[in-house]
Amino acid sequence: MIPFDFEYYKPDSITEAIQTFQDIESQGKKVIYYSGGTEFITFSRINKLSADAVIDLKGIPECQVLESLGDLLVIGSAVSLNKIAKSNLFPLLGQAVKQVADHTSRNKITIGGNLHSRLIYREGVLPLLLADAQVKIAGKEGEQVLAFEDVFQQEMKLGPGQFLIQILVEKSYASYQYISIKKTKTSKVGYPVVSLAAIAKDSQIRAAFSGVCAYPFRSAQMEAALNDSSLSIEKRIEQALSRLPAPIVNDIQASREYREFVLINALEDALDALKGAIS
Amino acid sequence: MIKNGSSKSVVKLHVNGDSHEVTIRSADTLLLTLREQLGLNGAKRACENGDCGACTILINGEPMHSCLSLAIESINQPITTIEGLKASNIQETFVEKWAIQCGYCTPGFILNCHALAETEPNATDEVIEEWMQSNLCRCTGYQEIKEAVKTVLQAKTNKI
Repeated sequence: MIPFDFEYYKPDSITEAIQTFQDIESQGKKVIYYSGGTEFITFSRINKLSADAVIDLKGIPECQVLESLGDLLVIGSAVSLNKIAKSNLFPLLGQAVKQVADHTSRNKITIGGNLHSRLIYREGVLPLLLADAQVKIAGKEGEQVLAFEDVFQQEMKLGPGQFLIQILVEKSYASYQYISIKKTKTSKVGYPVVSLAAIAKDSQIRAAFSGVCAYPFRSAQMEAALNDSSLSIEKRIEQALSRLPAPIVNDIQASREYREFVLINALEDALDALKGAIS
Repeated sequence: MIKNGSSKSVVKLHVNGDSHEVTIRSADTLLLTLREQLGLNGAKRACENGDCGACTILINGEPMHSCLSLAIESINQPITTIEGLKASNIQETFVEKWAIQCGYCTPGFILNCHALAETEPNATDEVIEEWMQSNLCRCTGYQEIKEAVKTVLQAKTNKI
């Protein structure tokens, strides 16, 4: 049982959501946006999260869009992970989010919720970093489209009252060769020891990681090493590992040494899978 | 816009084809509401963390962990609990295949299997496994459950 009371609002439009946020906040109340709500409910139950009011974004039509529009793939923030996977609109994203939690949970978890998760994994981030995605953000100043890599700095950095409406990806990214690897400790359902997504673009590998460091990332320095064709595969991986942006996580899921071991194997698998498409 | 204050209020839930009035807090989960307000005890309280699948119900025909849904966000949507599948062929199949043992996880497995049969009757073994990984059986009766699920899907396919 959630041990505190809160108000619930489900607006029908972006304007109504923004206005509601401002109205509630002006009363000195703590208000948060709510999408799938799985993390809100589980964290609230154990007193790790609280709010005076939640604004459910699932009633906003723009947040439910999942379509190909001109040169863009448009994915609403309130679309469930299963719908994204089943649509096959952006296969790499579909594959990556299919590895989050379990099938039943993925009917409730939304892509917006995954990107904003308080857990370190947020595997939906990886394909968006690789695909130079853009995000449409709503706020009291109106709507704006920003590069995902500018908004996602180790975590989603949105201003007060802002929320994610949609993710925009150039359609061409749906056709690049890709691989998505998730290695768990034991069962198929579980947090990743290492999660890796990679694509081959212009004969170069692009790779992004989750579970390795305390946040999901893509590193230009690591990619430079992985794409250095003057080196053996073994040396490329060794160089890439020396350029990790942060220490490798060492926790109950896996020791630092084991994660590094699994990461090396995952990189070997990724380079092997994409070898025909990269130099 | 749907609004619900921080105190208790009366809302309608559409469960198993009937409309029911319930008195809820915004913070009440659907699991708690189904069990405490409507006496529908088929959805089981276990992990309350979305890990075990014992509380599985269907919302709009999709399996959901009722411990991970608020009752207030489920209004205006058709909800199916195990009580809505009373004496159905799928229940009989689970009994015939002895996919029941202690029975605590069974409602969740049956509802998940029902949704699978309705949406993907030709599901491959891989898809069946993907769906059923959402439910845990502490008796570890997975082989019998797998046989029951396959029998249900086969029956559905033959009908089609």
